[in-house]
Amino acid sequence: MSQALAIENLVKVYQSGKTALKGINLSIAEGDFFALLGPNGAGKSTFIGIVSSLVNKTSGTVRVFGHSIDDEILKAKQLIGIVPQEFNFNIFTKTIDVVVTQAGYYGVPYRQAKEQAEQALQQLGLWEKRNDVVRSLSGGMKRRLMIARALVHQPKLLILDEPTAGVDIELRRSLWVYLEKLNQQGLTILLTTHYLEEVEILCKNVAIIDNGEILVEKSVHSLLGDLTGETLILDVGSILIEAPQLAHFACRLVSPDSIEVDLLEHQTVNDLFQTLDAAGIRVTSLRNKFNRLEELFIRLTGHTVEEKLI
Amino acid sequence: MINWVALKTIVRKECVRILRIWPQTLLPPAITMSLYFVIFGHVIGSRIGLVEGYSYIQFIAPGLVMMTVILNAYANVSASFFSAKFTHSVQELMVAPVSEWTILLGYTLGGVIRGLMVGAVVLVVASFFTHIPIQHFFSMLGILLISAWLFSLAGFFNALFANTFDDISIIPNFVLTPLTYLGGVFYSIQALPPAWRIAAHFNPILYLMNGFRYGMLGVADVSPWLGLFISIAASVFFAVLCYVLLKQGRGLRT
Repeated sequence: MSQALAIENLVKVYQSGKTALKGINLSIAEGDFFALLGPNGAGKSTFIGIVSSLVNKTSGTVRVFGHSIDDEILKAKQLIGIVPQEFNFNIFTKTIDVVVTQAGYYGVPYRQAKEQAEQALQQLGLWEKRNDVVRSLSGGMKRRLMIARALVHQPKLLILDEPTAGVDIELRRSLWVYLEKLNQQGLTILLTTHYLEEVEILCKNVAIIDNGEILVEKSVHSLLGDLTGETLILDVGSILIEAPQLAHFACRLVSPDSIEVDLLEHQTVNDLFQTLDAAGIRVTSLRNKFNRLEELFIRLTGHTVEEKLI
Repeated sequence: MINWVALKTIVRKECVRILRIWPQTLLPPAITMSLYFVIFGHVIGSRIGLVEGYSYIQFIAPGLVMMTVILNAYANVSASFFSAKFTHSVQELMVAPVSEWTILLGYTLGGVIRGLMVGAVVLVVASFFTHIPIQHFFSMLGILLISAWLFSLAGFFNALFANTFDDISIIPNFVLTPLTYLGGVFYSIQALPPAWRIAAHFNPILYLMNGFRYGMLGVADVSPWLGLFISIAASVFFAVLCYVLLKQGRGLRT
């Protein structure tokens, strides 16, 4: 299978002197659904900016389906569809004109562009809004419009920068279904996201980037297999003054009526409950402190997702 | 390399924009020029005798056309391209396989088209007030087109460097407008004192204005061919400069 995206020793040093990327190597296979995760300032936006020609690289090579952005930039661009994080429309333009114009930039003749734009708007549920100006669309509609715009020229690699940030749960779920369908049809997808659940559900492979370096690049399945334990939060049916002493389990007091307990790889929830029973502690509810991927993310980067991600 | 479909798309988008905001683009020149012709042409001009063999209103007509074309071509490109930068919609073009020459040509053709539209509006308005003779049609058209393209390129150059809307109004207000007024719209430089007459020759717009006046009236204070040469040379200079800056991503890429 050929490489959709091949990055070698990619370095970016801004004029301010800040090094955003410190020699990134990454490769994404054709047909992959790939996630790029990292905290704020990790270098994700710089990375996507370079691949999509919005940022000049300092050194290194970027190849899109074998086409170098140094020597064959127009061929490389032709194969990419970009969904940026921020809305970047002319808000006074009609919805359909945004998509038709974008197709024209990719060399699709006007009549064909109109047909493809109509098709894209129908698929993204924007058909009824085709003649409305962009500024009248809701946030969710604008996000769908950006996806329609990115797909209108039928790219082979779709890059999405936080496509579901700030959208409601219903729309998020429908976008997941849509993206999964596109991937099944053969479209290679590269995604950055705030939602680790999104990575776990959608993506085949993931790279975690921090401080301009790739910390890990592997399949989501294999990454989750690296988990060696998890932290549980237990609500207890009584008021505690201090954390109870539990044999074989590290336990901390979160609030007078809840504790958190580390569960190691070889320990089971049954073991924990037997120990709690023996200590006379009644548990009213239980939940994970982090989801599984989040746990790994914190372990690799040292950052919590809430304060640092994207 | 020119991507022709993309070029047509940019030009179409620019034309739609010009027509969509016609109260800002096409109407003001019609009103302003009507006032110029009434005040300077009829009220004041009737007290002035013939200038170089033409009535005063006929004498100022070519200058007013050229002034409108220059200012509108410049304003169209600087406002349109800077707005695209400001709203980040320029990224739609930057991520697409559109060469720098295509972007430059597309936007500047938009400026030329607006220049021609408003030039036509002014000529129509002028024809209500006086007979408009055209002595050398192709000279007139040639210098009009090249001047519109030159100032479209200058507007593009301004937009590349602009960071605020103020930055695209400084040059038109404080450089272009004074230079056009001093470029012989309302007078022949022969009427100026010798020192000012010499100084006027350093104003590049004087040559464009007189080149166009030569095309319409057959008279000029300076050689019309010099005007054509200056506008072609300056256009090539600005085109190459804008291309290099676009290629580097000046004001567009970090």
